[in-house]
Amino acid sequence: MSRKYCKTHEWVQKEGNLYVVGITDYAQEELGDIVFMNLPNVGDEVIADEPFADVESVKAVSDILSPYTGRIAEVNEDLLDRPELINEDPYKAWIVKLEDVSDSAELMGEAEYLAFIEQEG
Amino acid sequence: MKLIFERSTPGHCSDYLPKSDVEKAPRPEKFLRKAKWMLPEVAEVEAARHYKELADQTFGVVSGFYPLGSCTMKYNPRLNERVASFPGFTNIHPLQPKDTVKGCQAVIDLADEMLCAVTGMDKITIQPAAGAHGEFLGLLLMKAYFDHHGQTQRTKMLVPDAAHGTNPASAVMVGFDVVNIPSNANGCVDVEALKNALGDDTAGLMLTNPNTLGLFDPQILEITSLVHEAGGLCYYDGANLNAIMGQVRPGDMGFDVIHLNLHKTFSTPHGGGGPGSGAVGCKDILKPYLPSSFLGKDERPEHSVGQVRSFYGNFGVVVRALTYMLTLGAEGMREASQTAVLNANYLMHLLKDVFPVAYDHICMHEFVLTLADIKKETGISALDVAKGLLDFGMHPPTMYFPLIVPEALMLEPTETESRQSLIDAAEKYKLVKEKICSAPDELRNAPLTTYIGRPDEVKAARNPILRYEE
Amino acid sequence: MAGYIPSTSDERQLMLEELGMKDYKDLYVDVPASVLLDELPGVAKGISEMEAETAMRAMAEMNVLYPTVLRGAGIYDHYIPSIVDTVAGKEEFVTAYTPYQAEISQGVLQSIFEYQTMICELTGMDASNASVYDGASAAAEGSMMCLKRNRNVVYVADNANPETIETIKTYAYGRDVKVEMLSSKKGVIDVNVLEDALCDEAACLFVQQPNFYGLIEDIEAIADKVHNKGAKLIVGCYPTALGMLESPGALGADIATGDGQPLGIPMGYGGPTVGFMATKKAMVRQLPGRIVGQTTDSRGGRAFVLTLQAREQHIRREKASSNICSNQALCALRAGVYMAVMGKKGLSEAAELSYDKAHYLAKRLCEIPGIKMVYDGPYFNEFMTTLPVDAAQIEKALHKVGILSGLPVDGGMLWCVTEKATKEALDLTVQTVRGAVSK
Repeated sequence: MSRKYCKTHEWVQKEGNLYVVGITDYAQEELGDIVFMNLPNVGDEVIADEPFADVESVKAVSDILSPYTGRIAEVNEDLLDRPELINEDPYKAWIVKLEDVSDSAELMGEAEYLAFIEQEG
Repeated sequence: MKLIFERSTPGHCSDYLPKSDVEKAPRPEKFLRKAKWMLPEVAEVEAARHYKELADQTFGVVSGFYPLGSCTMKYNPRLNERVASFPGFTNIHPLQPKDTVKGCQAVIDLADEMLCAVTGMDKITIQPAAGAHGEFLGLLLMKAYFDHHGQTQRTKMLVPDAAHGTNPASAVMVGFDVVNIPSNANGCVDVEALKNALGDDTAGLMLTNPNTLGLFDPQILEITSLVHEAGGLCYYDGANLNAIMGQVRPGDMGFDVIHLNLHKTFSTPHGGGGPGSGAVGCKDILKPYLPSSFLGKDERPEHSVGQVRSFYGNFGVVVRALTYMLTLGAEGMREASQTAVLNANYLMHLLKDVFPVAYDHICMHEFVLTLADIKKETGISALDVAKGLLDFGMHPPTMYFPLIVPEALMLEPTETESRQSLIDAAEKYKLVKEKICSAPDELRNAPLTTYIGRPDEVKAARNPILRYEE
Repeated sequence: MAGYIPSTSDERQLMLEELGMKDYKDLYVDVPASVLLDELPGVAKGISEMEAETAMRAMAEMNVLYPTVLRGAGIYDHYIPSIVDTVAGKEEFVTAYTPYQAEISQGVLQSIFEYQTMICELTGMDASNASVYDGASAAAEGSMMCLKRNRNVVYVADNANPETIETIKTYAYGRDVKVEMLSSKKGVIDVNVLEDALCDEAACLFVQQPNFYGLIEDIEAIADKVHNKGAKLIVGCYPTALGMLESPGALGADIATGDGQPLGIPMGYGGPTVGFMATKKAMVRQLPGRIVGQTTDSRGGRAFVLTLQAREQHIRREKASSNICSNQALCALRAGVYMAVMGKKGLSEAAELSYDKAHYLAKRLCEIPGIKMVYDGPYFNEFMTTLPVDAAQIEKALHKVGILSGLPVDGGMLWCVTEKATKEALDLTVQTVRGAVSK
C-alpha cells in the first residue's frame, strides 16, 4: 500500500501486518519547531478520527488523530528525546505502528491530499 | 548577571538568629538530613547587590507604559503597600481566637459590602487566590447547585471562542464538558449558535463582558436570559471589570456568579505574577455552597463545596484592594473606569491609521490590532513589532490573544496614563511601523538595546534546564 | 478623594472632543440603557490618602498582636531577616506582571530560576515550578498530577492538616475523583498495613511531614510500600523542618509540596503565602503552573524564559491539566531571598532552635499534673498534649500574658514553638498554664 493521508494531516502506510502513522510535511511546517511529543503506550486502543497523541511546539499544541481504529503495537520512543526528527523528515520519523485495525478515517491518495492542502492554504 | 549561586563563597553568611537558651534535646538520628544539598553562601551585602541588579533588569509599571491587554496594569498606589504592612495585619495568626481578629473581620466585611455594591452580587468570598482559582470555585458552586437540585445531567459549559484560556481549563477541572460558542462578525456572541447549543444539558455560560476584543456585547440581556430560560446559570469572568466598574453591574446584566481580579481592577500589584486575589461573588441562590476554612471554624454554609485553599484567602491583597476602594469611593471608581475607556478609545484613535484595528468600533478598556495583512505583505509579524517596541523602552501589548484574531496585539492603557503619554506611545508605534519598510531586518532582530536579545525558546523547551547545577 | 488619574477633567473633555464625543455616556453606547448607572449606590464617597490610612490603621489596631505565638497548624511565626522586606519591596518586583517579555524581565525570571533551584535543593527534587497559591492547593494540584486512566483514587493520610485534606477533597469533587482517607495509628501512618490499605486503582498517597500532630513520618518506608502498589507518593512538607530532616526526594517521594510561608513570609492572617511544588524528572511535564528555564539568546549569552508553556491553560485550554495562571511570585521571591541569606546554616539553626525549644516546652508542660503527651513518637516543633481543664481556660490565661496558646483540638492542645519563643516566654507559659490548671 502506498502512503495515504488524513484531512487532519496524518499519514499512514502499511508495513507487513502493521500500519505506520506519522504527520505530514505540511503539518510539521505549520507547527514549526516541535519541542515535545505526548505519546501513547503500547497496547492502548485507538479509534479512527480520535486523538491518540499530541505534539507541542513552543506556543501551540495539536492533537494527532488516528487514521484507523486498532491497537498501538509500537511507539517511536526516539521522538521523546528528539522530537525535532519530525521537522527534519516527517515521513521517516513515524510516531506509532498500529495493529488489528478495523474502521478507518477518510483517507486520500497523495495527489488528492496535495490538492486538498493547496485548497486549505 | 551572575546567579546567586555563582556569588556564593564557602563560609559567607550572616547571623540572624540567637544562640539557643534551652538545653539541646536528643535528635531523631534515623530521620536526620544526610544527603548532600546546597544553598547559596553569601554575606548580606552580596545578596543586597545581587537583588538590586535583578530589580534593575525587571520592567514594572513604575518603569514605563505597560499596556498589557487583559492584565490591567494600572498604577499601584503606594498607600496600599504601607497599609498592608501594618503589624496589625501582617503579624496575625489565622487561627487566633475570633475576638482577637476583629480588625481582620472588619476588613473582610467591608470589602464584601463594597464589592457586592460594585458587582450587584449578594455575597463575596475572598478565599480564591487568583482569577483562575476564582473561576474554579465559581464553577464548583454551579456544579454543587445542580447536584443538590438533582440536575446532574447539566454537564455542558458554554464558552465563547474569544474567552480567556483559563475559562475552558477551569470548566474541565470542575468536570464540565466545554462547548465552544463562536463569535459573530461583530466580535460578539453569535446568539443563534448560542440558542442551538442550549438545552437540558446546559450547566451554564462563562462570559466576560466587555469581551476579550474589548467590545461590550450589546446583546447581553438577551444572552443571559436565554441561558436562564434553558435552566443554566451565568458566570461572569471579571478580568475586564475595569471598563465598567461603577457603570454597570454584572448582577444587573443577569449574572449569577462572578470572580473579580483584585490585582487588576482594584489596583493591587501583580508582583511578577502574583499574589493576586480572585474574590468570588454570587447571588443568594448559590450562597449555600460557598467555601469556608475548616480550622478557621467559620460557620460553614449548609451545602458548602469545602475549600479551595487554606484559611481565608490572600487577605493581604484584600487589605490593599479595600484601601483603594476607600480612597476612590463611588465617584472615584466611576471616574477610573470612564477614564480607562476614554484612554483606550483615544489610543485606538491615534493608532488606527498605523495598524489595522481588528474590530473598528467604540471599545471599552482595551482594543485589538491585527497585523495579519502586514505579515502577509512584508513577513513582519506581531511578534517582531512587539519586540521592536522594546527598543523604545516600552512594554509591548499582549501578543497573539485573543486567538480568534490573527497576528493580534491587544492594548489596555488603563486610566493611569495621561493624554501626553498616550500621544508619546503612539509616536513610537509609528516609528516601529516605519521600520517595517525602512529597516525590516532590524525588526526581525529586535530588540537590540535590551539586556538580552531574543531568547531561544525552542532550545529551552526541547532541552529543559530548570535549575542551576554546580 | 484621592484618585490616581494623571489628567484633569478639562484634559479628558478635550480628548472626548478629539474623538468627536460630547461626554462619557458616548463611550458606553453599547450598554443597554436599562442597566446603565448614573451613580453607584451603596459605596461611600472617596476620602484622602491621609483619611484612608487612618481608617485602615484603626482596623489593624482592632486586632490583638501576640508577642509570643505558640500556635502553628499550617502558619508559623518564624523570624524574617530585614533584607527580605527590602528586596520584596523593590518597586520593579512589586509592579511587574508575569514575565512574558523575557528581554525586559531577566531579573524576575532569574529570581524565579534561583527559587526553583533552592526548592529543588530543599526537597531533594529535580524540578520545581514557579509557585502555586499555597500549601493546600499545592497538595491538591500534586494529587491531580498523578491521575491516570486506570488510577483515579487519591489516598490522603488522615493525620494531614485538615485544611489540606479539605482542599484535596474539593479539587477531587470537581473532577469526580475518589478520595480515600488512610487511617493513622498512634498518630502516624502504620507502614505494616499500608500496602493492603491501597487499592489497585490508587493514583497516589498524600502524607504530611511532619504530620498535623507534629510527628515525624517514616517517609522512606512509606515510599517503598506505595511504590510496590504502583502509586506515587506526595509529601507535603514544612520547609523549616527540612533544615534538619532528610528531604522527601532522598527518601523516595515522587512529588514534594508545601507552604513556603515559614521562609520569610509573615503570618498575614493566612495569606498571601506561597505553595511550592517539586518533582522528579519523570513527572516534570505533569507539573502545573509557570516554569522558568535557561536558554541562550540571539547574542549567544545566557537567558531565562518561561518554558514548557504548552502544558498551560493559555495554550492547551480545555486539555490543560490545571487552570493556574497567576501564582504567588512575590512571595516566592521572599522565600528565595530568605533561603539565600539564611543559607544551609541559618535554615538548620532555625530548625534546631525550633526543635530544641519545642522539646523544652513539652518537657516542662508535662511536669504539670494532668498534662501529658498524646503521642510518644519523635516530633519536630509541634506536639499535642492532654489538658486537665477546658482548652479555652488555658487559651484565656495565656492571652492575658501576651501569649497565643497552642491550638485547641479534640483531645487536648496542639502546641508549636519556633526560634522566636525565648526561654523566658516558655517559662512564663508553663507557669501560667500551671496556674490555670490548679485553679
